[in-house]
Amino acid sequence: MRRTRSVLLLALIGLLVLGGGAAHAQQDEEGESIRGTIVQRPEEGEPVPVPGVEISVTMGGTEVEGSPVVTGEDGSYLLELPGPGDYSATLNQDTLPEGVQLTNPDRATLEFSLRPNQSRPLLFPLGEGRERGSQFVARAVQLFAEGIKFGLIIAITSVGLSLIFGTTGLVNFAHGELVTFGAIIAWTINVLLGIPLVPAGIIAMLVGGISGYLLDRGLWSPLRKRGTGLIAMLVISIGLSLLLRSAFNFQFGGRTRPFAQYAVQRAVDVGPFQLAPKDILSILLSVAVLVGVALVLQRTRIGKAMRAVADNNDLAESSGIDVERVIGFVWFFGAALATLGGILLGLAEQVSFQMGFQLLLLMFAGVTLGGLGTAYGALLGSLVVGLFVQLSTLVVSPELKNVGALLILILILLVRPQGILGSRERVG
Amino acid sequence: MDFGLIIRNALRAAFGDFAAVYALAAIGLNMHFGYTGLLNFGQAAFLALGAYGIGVTVTYLGLSLWVGIAVGIAAAVLFALLLGIPTLRLRADYLAIVTIAASEIVRFLVRSVTLSDYTGGSFGLSNFADQFYALNPLDGTQYGIGPIQYTGRQTWVLLVAWSLVALMTLLTYTLMHSPWGRVLKSIREDEDAARSLGKNVFVYKMQSLVLGGVIGALGGFMLAISIQSVQPDTYSTAITFFAYAILILGGTARVFGPVIGSMLFWSLLSLTDNVLRQAVNAGYIPPSILDGTQIGQVRLMLVGLGIMLLMIFRPQGIFGDREEIALDAR
Repeated sequence: MRRTRSVLLLALIGLLVLGGGAAHAQQDEEGESIRGTIVQRPEEGEPVPVPGVEISVTMGGTEVEGSPVVTGEDGSYLLELPGPGDYSATLNQDTLPEGVQLTNPDRATLEFSLRPNQSRPLLFPLGEGRERGSQFVARAVQLFAEGIKFGLIIAITSVGLSLIFGTTGLVNFAHGELVTFGAIIAWTINVLLGIPLVPAGIIAMLVGGISGYLLDRGLWSPLRKRGTGLIAMLVISIGLSLLLRSAFNFQFGGRTRPFAQYAVQRAVDVGPFQLAPKDILSILLSVAVLVGVALVLQRTRIGKAMRAVADNNDLAESSGIDVERVIGFVWFFGAALATLGGILLGLAEQVSFQMGFQLLLLMFAGVTLGGLGTAYGALLGSLVVGLFVQLSTLVVSPELKNVGALLILILILLVRPQGILGSRERVG
Repeated sequence: MDFGLIIRNALRAAFGDFAAVYALAAIGLNMHFGYTGLLNFGQAAFLALGAYGIGVTVTYLGLSLWVGIAVGIAAAVLFALLLGIPTLRLRADYLAIVTIAASEIVRFLVRSVTLSDYTGGSFGLSNFADQFYALNPLDGTQYGIGPIQYTGRQTWVLLVAWSLVALMTLLTYTLMHSPWGRVLKSIREDEDAARSLGKNVFVYKMQSLVLGGVIGALGGFMLAISIQSVQPDTYSTAITFFAYAILILGGTARVFGPVIGSMLFWSLLSLTDNVLRQAVNAGYIPPSILDGTQIGQVRLMLVGLGIMLLMIFRPQGIFGDREEIALDAR
């Protein structure tokens, strides 16, 4: 809502500025200029302004008056230009500090044209730059490890999503909020109550699981009994997602916050990878939990019952399985896993009110890729998505890494809509 | 508390630019969801394409606003085709997942630094609609009836926006009373039955997706023109969710549903907003419970809760007909 409010505000400002003729005329006298701010955007965290960068502007091959312009302490620059026309601006890459590069070195020179009285923003995106040669391989190896870590987190959260879909047919758009809820509960116990993260995480998983169970008993189970359609339930889950996400924003605030322990750790060399101890722990824990999940599904009575209900609800019921009890268990199980995923994600990237919603689309990508409704498909698909997201930053800018994964989702639906492990009759 | 102001603002919101823009978005969605049964959760992207269509064409290419409108419509058509080809043959929930993903892709792309030369990055673009305002025939400063007053500029925007709403409502009415509309409804009711009568279901669904998307893009034009700027984060999934709330509130598969729904939705939002704001300012609600910056979140919570309660207890909305909404997945 903050966004819509800021739009309202902008509209108001726009009306004020444009409504008053005097203000408008004053703007006209300003003439033509280019402006911008040179900032470095690290993969995570706040952008850092870069001062002292030279930008030279030419028109028809000759430098214009006032060129080169140098960025100030806040990284911003403003150059008044003699008039409308075609210009070319070049960022002098030698003036960039050590370790800072243009995201795309081929775009150091920008051609642009100015209309009368236009003040044009001109941006030179900075980042870590593209590396070449052996550095490329080293980076690929490193991204592979990070992809595995991220993929395992997606896998843990999406097992529940897939099992809930398999057993009840519900496409749960509020599953991301279970992830956020778990992380916020763990954060509250950890930071506000001062209990170390490991016991805090275990308590949070219990709270998360019970909340999932209660959500099913209180909301979804009555709806199923009423015979509410699946599409109606999907829309209800979207409403629930919006309600919960805004409630988290209300209570937790818009900022991201770290856990009390393990927030910053120095990476150590593990074979060819550089990983922080918490990352290694996160990977090992994820693998252990996922193996545990597989054992439960494969060996225990309730696990077999879960798979049976997911495979064929009616057949399971007629062979004496208490379907509602199994569904309740699936919700407990899925929500507890989502909580764990939320805690691991919070360790990797800090806790925020929309972390789960941002992960939701990647979970959908993983689940669809593996095959909707299958537990093992969700595992496999999520791993592929996690790897793809991280490895894609080798070729595209990190800010676009999720775009690739979502594009893959669409391509998969085009080629093999039932997913890798899905069976064909699931598709309508 | 100043109840006069609260009522005045609510009435202004009911006829305001946002109400008209969201009415257009919801009319498009009604075509998809209400009449054809397509679960499009990417309506925000159609608005974004319309808005950026004119923004980029005018600001970056330096062409006229009217070319921009053509570009926006073309982009919406292309986007609908891209979305439709992989998903329209699949079960309804796949379309929901893909459309919401696609709308986020569009937002990520337009706000990315990589494309910021064209789209202005996270700041967006501004001042591209002067040609629209140059056509403004109204020279007076104040227009309106009684307590609802707008400036001449606002009135011009509202006049065009509500004319578009009226036009699109008329279009929906005409189409839905034509053989084409009846085929759409039959697809919604039973796709296989429509297919067995020799109708090419895929083509009809695609036509519906394209048409509803273009109507959404018209909403994008009006939103961008009305505030003379486009910003990527305006076009987040919230637009789509609001449009669904409006559609369900007014009544799905009803010609006037989106229009009434949008007017009601925005006046309700304005009402809660103003009441809460005044209650906070007057000290009726202590700041420890709710401060001024949190009102927006309360509003969103109410929208979410509203969608849930309507869908559970009155899925046909205010004017809807329970018979007309086949909300069951195949």
